[in-house]
Amino acid sequence: MEVAFYLSALIAVAATVLAITRYHAVHALLFLIVSLLALAVVFFIMGAHFAAALEVIIYAGAIMVLFIFAIMMLNLGKATIEWERQLLRPRVWVLPALLTLVLAAELIYLLAIRGGPESSGIELVRPARVGAELFGFYILGVEMAAFLLMAGLVGAYHIGRREKKVIHRYLKKEEV
Amino acid sequence: MSETLRLWLIVVGVIALLLTIAPGLIWLERRLLGWWQDRKGPNRVGPFGIFQPLADAIKLIFKEDWIPPFADKPVFILAPAVVVFTAFMSYAIIPLAPGIVVADLNIGVLFFLAMSSLGVYAIVLGGWSSNNKYSLLGAMRGAAQMITYEVFMGISLLGVVMMAGSFNLSEIVLAQQGMWNVVPQFVGFVVFFIAGVAELHRLPFDIPEAESELIAGYHSEYSGMKFGMFFVGEYIGVTMLAGFTTTMFFGGWLGPSFLPGIAWFLLKTFAIIVFIILLRGSLPRPRYDQLMGYGWKILLPLSLINLMVTGYFLLR
Repeated sequence: MEVAFYLSALIAVAATVLAITRYHAVHALLFLIVSLLALAVVFFIMGAHFAAALEVIIYAGAIMVLFIFAIMMLNLGKATIEWERQLLRPRVWVLPALLTLVLAAELIYLLAIRGGPESSGIELVRPARVGAELFGFYILGVEMAAFLLMAGLVGAYHIGRREKKVIHRYLKKEEV
Repeated sequence: MSETLRLWLIVVGVIALLLTIAPGLIWLERRLLGWWQDRKGPNRVGPFGIFQPLADAIKLIFKEDWIPPFADKPVFILAPAVVVFTAFMSYAIIPLAPGIVVADLNIGVLFFLAMSSLGVYAIVLGGWSSNNKYSLLGAMRGAAQMITYEVFMGISLLGVVMMAGSFNLSEIVLAQQGMWNVVPQFVGFVVFFIAGVAELHRLPFDIPEAESELIAGYHSEYSGMKFGMFFVGEYIGVTMLAGFTTTMFFGGWLGPSFLPGIAWFLLKTFAIIVFIILLRGSLPRPRYDQLMGYGWKILLPLSLINLMVTGYFLLR
């Protein structure tokens, strides 16, 4: 189990790095999907089966499909890749790399103090318990998220609404 | 028999079963369609033409496996693998008989939904990487169709989950000992089945590949065994949908005791497969906007109402 955990964690990190450094948008998204799937495996190993399933269904299966869908519609060509290549010159990486290094050092320090995650006390979280928590302790958050979604839905409907004009092509007047 | 050996036997058995079913189904579908359309169907190779899929497979393997120079090569190769992978993986959670299941997950239903939502990538990536406008159109249609139908495919299953009180498929089967779920959850069954056929983009919902408008849609550029993988993936998908419907709505392995559980499961699954083939032979393909409107305006409210009514009767 330990080996599987570190392997999938490693895959998640590597795929995320690759997702950032790819010049091609679709390839980058594919690596992001791999990273999300690896994260789902991590959740699964940690006993959060429900979270793992939702990670795959919602993030990998729905949100990323929409991303790819949008990028497919744009059909970015070679020019964009060139542009990205110019954008991601080595010099750009210096500051983010430094910041990340600090974070990584902090993380390693904390892990060293605590001696890593306890591998023994993994508790299986059943879907029913997640539901009970969501609609018990976290009910306020759930309701607020519902409000937000409703607002988004109404907004999308408003933007997408258009007067429907159905004119048969034989009835249309010829434009002179 | 040790536990590990038993598990391996089940895994190998399920894969072997599926790999035998896929070519058998191709033959069966062509024969049945021929019968229903008053023609003969393939009947030359072997007795009743039963070796026809074998001949087809040999033909596909020896064909030139051509990757178009304008295609995105790695993604082009990845796409057919995704179809077969997701179809096979979904079978891991379906209990064929008490105890005969690869992984008895407590999130079984969600696992099925996750795999079917990953199946979208096969179409999207295949169509996009072909770099062909018909393929891209097919991929776009496929993505929109599958995201739409995924939504209420999940919601329509929740009624069953609520009645059993579990996402675990074995427990769902055991909860149907009194009555099969198809009776109290008939609306859920109808919505799920329509959505399932649409998820598989089988006829009559084969809009992403509609050969009369889009040549073959997302797999226009595929040849040889890569095309074959799309084909095999579709048939394994049909088996999977039938098996899952059996488990969720028709009592899985339950049945009178003169036959063993696995026989009941296979019989019911077979009947549903034949029904799916009959759908293909009898229904015309809807227009694209009709399909989307039908989904969002009829099936989604229907599945929500079903959920609400089920909740009312459970909490009453």
